[in-house]
Amino acid sequence: MLKIGLFTFGGGYAMIALLENEFVVKKKWLDSEEFMDMVAISESTPGPIAVNAATYIGYKTGKVFGSVVSTLGVCIPSFVIIYLISLFFNRFLEIEWVGKAFKGIQACVIFLILSAGIKMFVKLPKTPFNIILLSATVCCTVLFSLFAVDFSSVFYILISAVLGVAVYLVRFLSVKNKERDGKKKK
Amino acid sequence: MIYLKLFLTFLKIGLFTFGGGYGMISLIREECLSNCWLTESELLNFIAVAESTPGPIAVNMATFVGSAQGGFAGALVATAGVVLPSFVIILAIAAALKNILKFGGVKAALEGVRPAIVGLITATAVVMLLGTVFGIEKADGVFAFDYKSLIVLAVLALVFALYKRIRKKNISPVLLIILSGILGVILF
Repeated sequence: MLKIGLFTFGGGYAMIALLENEFVVKKKWLDSEEFMDMVAISESTPGPIAVNAATYIGYKTGKVFGSVVSTLGVCIPSFVIIYLISLFFNRFLEIEWVGKAFKGIQACVIFLILSAGIKMFVKLPKTPFNIILLSATVCCTVLFSLFAVDFSSVFYILISAVLGVAVYLVRFLSVKNKERDGKKKK
Repeated sequence: MIYLKLFLTFLKIGLFTFGGGYGMISLIREECLSNCWLTESELLNFIAVAESTPGPIAVNMATFVGSAQGGFAGALVATAGVVLPSFVIILAIAAALKNILKFGGVKAALEGVRPAIVGLITATAVVMLLGTVFGIEKADGVFAFDYKSLIVLAVLALVFALYKRIRKKNISPVLLIILSGILGVILF
């Protein structure tokens, strides 16, 4: 697990292929169906995918102790590297050309975030519910930030979860009603 | 108590981050800016570092902010905070609640969250774009257009599109970061 933590550049999705190779092909700790389950669970629950995956695999192979060890394993390399960087980072930025380079890099990061958003949008099923919620979130966030209204992202997430459940319930009830109507007609 | 505050803030971030990596950017940005832990440009610098070093971005960000605010102990509590919610939730799912994700209500809630996450990421990028490149932070603020950043963006978009055309896959973010660094040295 330490090795996985050390070699996953650029976050979650990069490591999935690596994990599969390590645990399904080489070590045979999981079969590929279990592995797919794990990926689905890691993606749909909160938290970084790498951490979720580590905890899950750890539990499957070594129960609670295994999950503690593998979660620590996946976090320690990043922790050490970033801690060391954080000690020198500001001094590093004071070097003239480094500062300049980072001005360019800032634009790049915005580009990366934007393209991540677009990529996720392409994958998102284009149901009316998704489209409305998505555009409402974008509009509200941008406007609120421009007019300095304080409104936490947490609320968007909670509201959309509640809406998701509400739509589900409405659909569920209407299906039941239809069934009942069908029976009455007979 | 800075340690407690770091721990609780990152606990919240860990709990409300869906879909990995960029899903957490909007929440991190909000918390760091409102607590005055980082400025917008420090945040952007650091996202670049988190992206080009190994490990999950969430853990990298937590360690960095924690270390800047509270030294080694700060880094430790912030990282623990961001990891703990995932750890507990996954442990519960793996151990006992194997079928919770198949239950309609839970699934519906998670499906509902997805468009909001995509929206938040996109909106965060737009807000950062307005703030950094166009100099608009508030609706009544002054307008300070930064054409150099726009040039960098244009070049990146071009390279991104060309690479996709020719190699049929996405260019690695690390390569883009290096390229933009070089552009930065030339332009600024």
